[in-house]
Amino acid sequence: MIDREQVLHVARLARLQLTEDELQRMSSELSDVLGHIEKIDELDLDGVPPTTHVVDVANALRSDDVAPSLPREVALEQAPAVADGGFLVPSPQAG
Amino acid sequence: MAATELIELTAARAVAAIGRGEIDATELFEAYRAAARADDLNAYLWVPEGPPAAPPADDAPLRGVPLAVKDRFCTQGVPSQAGSRVLEGYRPPYTATVVARLAQAGAPLLGKTNQDEFAMGSSNENSAFGPVLNPWDRARVPGGSSGGSAAAVAAGSAPWALGTDTGGSIRQPAALCGIVGLKPTYGAVSRYGMIAFASSLDQAGPLTRDVHDAALLLAHMVGRDARDSTSVGFPGEIELPTTGRPAPEAGDSRPLVGIRLGVPEELAGEGIESGVLDAFNSTLGLAEQLGAQIETCHLPHAPHALAAYYVLAPAEASSNLARYDGVRYGACVGEGSGLAEMYTRTRSEGFGDEVKRRIMLGTYSLSSGYYDAYYGRAQRVRTKIAEDFRTAFESFDFVVTPTAPSVAFKLGSKTDDPYEMYLNDYCTVPMSLAGIPAISIPNGLSHPPSGGQVALPTGFQLAGPAFSENRLLAAAYALEAAIGFPAAFGPRTGPAAFGPRTGDGGVGRGGR
Repeated sequence: MIDREQVLHVARLARLQLTEDELQRMSSELSDVLGHIEKIDELDLDGVPPTTHVVDVANALRSDDVAPSLPREVALEQAPAVADGGFLVPSPQAG
Repeated sequence: MAATELIELTAARAVAAIGRGEIDATELFEAYRAAARADDLNAYLWVPEGPPAAPPADDAPLRGVPLAVKDRFCTQGVPSQAGSRVLEGYRPPYTATVVARLAQAGAPLLGKTNQDEFAMGSSNENSAFGPVLNPWDRARVPGGSSGGSAAAVAAGSAPWALGTDTGGSIRQPAALCGIVGLKPTYGAVSRYGMIAFASSLDQAGPLTRDVHDAALLLAHMVGRDARDSTSVGFPGEIELPTTGRPAPEAGDSRPLVGIRLGVPEELAGEGIESGVLDAFNSTLGLAEQLGAQIETCHLPHAPHALAAYYVLAPAEASSNLARYDGVRYGACVGEGSGLAEMYTRTRSEGFGDEVKRRIMLGTYSLSSGYYDAYYGRAQRVRTKIAEDFRTAFESFDFVVTPTAPSVAFKLGSKTDDPYEMYLNDYCTVPMSLAGIPAISIPNGLSHPPSGGQVALPTGFQLAGPAFSENRLLAAAYALEAAIGFPAAFGPRTGPAAFGPRTGDGGVGRGGR
């Protein structure tokens, strides 16, 4: 179960602002889905190692060769705001 | 040849006809481009203004047969929006490796296809650009998330298409639209340039009119890519199925002699619509006639796969989608109001409901105090599911199930209940968690339980061990021939249209 306060906390972590309507729906929908998910509590998983990745690859190494990368102006082309050859963002102090 | 005849050819037949000089690649492209532009299923989000500037190289094996590509693949200079407002109008500066490989092989871009936003959905109703309609019944969904690719192939506005499968997003829409869909082994195909949803599960694969076309497209997709360190490539070559004999045995020419099919009782009974189950069981009968041995098998943890998936995939998504912050590309809202405010407003206005729901779910299950109970446990369930399959494959060549629990459902009928929607993935998610290959082939038609005039496609799923694609394709090819679902595009109206494949061993209308 996930209550209103928890939904607000998680939304802050995820940088999402929910409307009052979204907040109520999210609380009931997430509670419902989590109710189904909690069925995995039935399983005895003691000593079972976690799987993070299904392919058995330890390291994927390559030789460290210098190669051209995306030109700066191309990398910046889709940015909403650009200044002095970089991405322009509002001041973190403002607002 | 008239345009309507051109687009009746399967991709492989078109390749062959161009090779023999019977048809012209540009003419074929233009016939499909006209069909894609005339699409009224909302299957396409972008179609080019004209044929490709440069014709395919003379020795390009796919000869210029065009390819529809899911919106989620980056295509240089062409809108690549993953079905999301947050990427509306985004034109990437590079092309996904698999798209580039296929273009190099002679399959130019025919268009970008609609999808559920960031591939999160089973009905295509989560696209920011509106739902795709199922060509069999326009009041119904095409499945998702590769719904645009599936509808385009089923309706004949594309000869074949590229999709992606995280928990069933190729196989389920293929089943609901009556076409073939293959999810390759995780790591067989590069993910570079595929806009990320859940990186440990995402895999690109073909949506095609028949099994032969799926093999042909896959053959030019696989390979290790230095730009995706999780790609391992494919051991050997993808073989085109011709005989339908994955394990030939002396003295018996039936194509499935010696093949053992396991039917997991956890995935082929409860919760499956009765008409879908009937079609599945009747194909098991055909498989037996072809020489296969069929027995019940067990995947004891499969009933928990959906729960584990809906922890792991949203957790990975919540991390992957952190990049949409209004700084480097895509939408940006509230830039005058401070950095944190800009992030929040961009994301809140840019993402749709389902994407927000999954980001929330993922953030919750990764957050302090809940990590072990949710994410940690789900990763352990994943281990058990992979073990279940390994055990099953000690006794069986393939595990077979219905692909989706129902035929295509009505638009809007499941949008109010997220978990009800998630149940569409019940039979496809276990294979995704195990990283193994699985193919859905058309399995005849079934009437929806609510009645209805139109009979709708069902799917038959075969799954094999990692990197068993060649054997999987051969078995699917044999079954496809026995089922006799015509590979020509476009909805057929009834069982009268069916019959086992005869003659030249090919399927579909149009000559080889």
